[in-house]
Amino acid sequence: MGKEKHPAQYTVKNRTLYVALQEDLDQHNVDRIRQRLDALIDECGSNEIIFDFSKVNFMDSSGIGMIMGRYRRMMLLNGTVRAVGIHPGIERIIKYSGLYQILGNV
Amino acid sequence: MEERILHNHENEVTLRFPALSRNESFARMVAAAFVTTLDPTIEALSDLKTAISEAVTNAIIHGYERKPGEIRMYLALSEQTVYVEIEDYGEGIADIAKAREPMFTTKPEQERSGMGFSFMEAFMDSLEVISEVGKGTLVRMKKTIRA
Repeated sequence: MGKEKHPAQYTVKNRTLYVALQEDLDQHNVDRIRQRLDALIDECGSNEIIFDFSKVNFMDSSGIGMIMGRYRRMMLLNGTVRAVGIHPGIERIIKYSGLYQILGNV
Repeated sequence: MEERILHNHENEVTLRFPALSRNESFARMVAAAFVTTLDPTIEALSDLKTAISEAVTNAIIHGYERKPGEIRMYLALSEQTVYVEIEDYGEGIADIAKAREPMFTTKPEQERSGMGFSFMEAFMDSLEVISEVGKGTLVRMKKTIRA
């Protein structure tokens, strides 16, 4: 198996974790993002996560589950989760899943 | 359990592939390519890809519990309608009605949102789930694509 590109890029500034999602958010990619992201949250003591969706062309319920899971983690730490770069290609699934209700100012 | 929906389709294809999460994107891209001749809108294409991705993910996570197995995907076209079957030969579903309830999941610890079947139902015109415990699950969907 060749080495696959990691599906996200992470930037930490103070306690804010900026996650530039790079690939389709399906179970395959989400599993890899979750692992890296949770380690970074612990390491940096993050209380804010910003997901940038501008390069995400596809998302299914696995992606929704991963975002909701991080939201729950942030809630326990009195933190927040925000989203930027939501575009028409993925807007429908975000609306339909109710994800807008948990994401701060989109 | 394997049965064809209809015959005399204009076009049809059957794929068998291992239950690897990498194949989720493969399956939905094949489906998207298969319906290109219908000139689908971006929204219709996205709906179809989501439904396929949900069904294949279910087969991997629930059908085979991430263990090795085989998935069969059947696609057929008849006029403007695409017919889809996704089948696994794994665990099966004991209570299909329960499994189809929105937000219900047997795997909350894996952050499954319980929205898989809801998405398939919402984004396709019809959804049928046939399953037998210990034998596997067949998901059958169709969608008419309006140009």
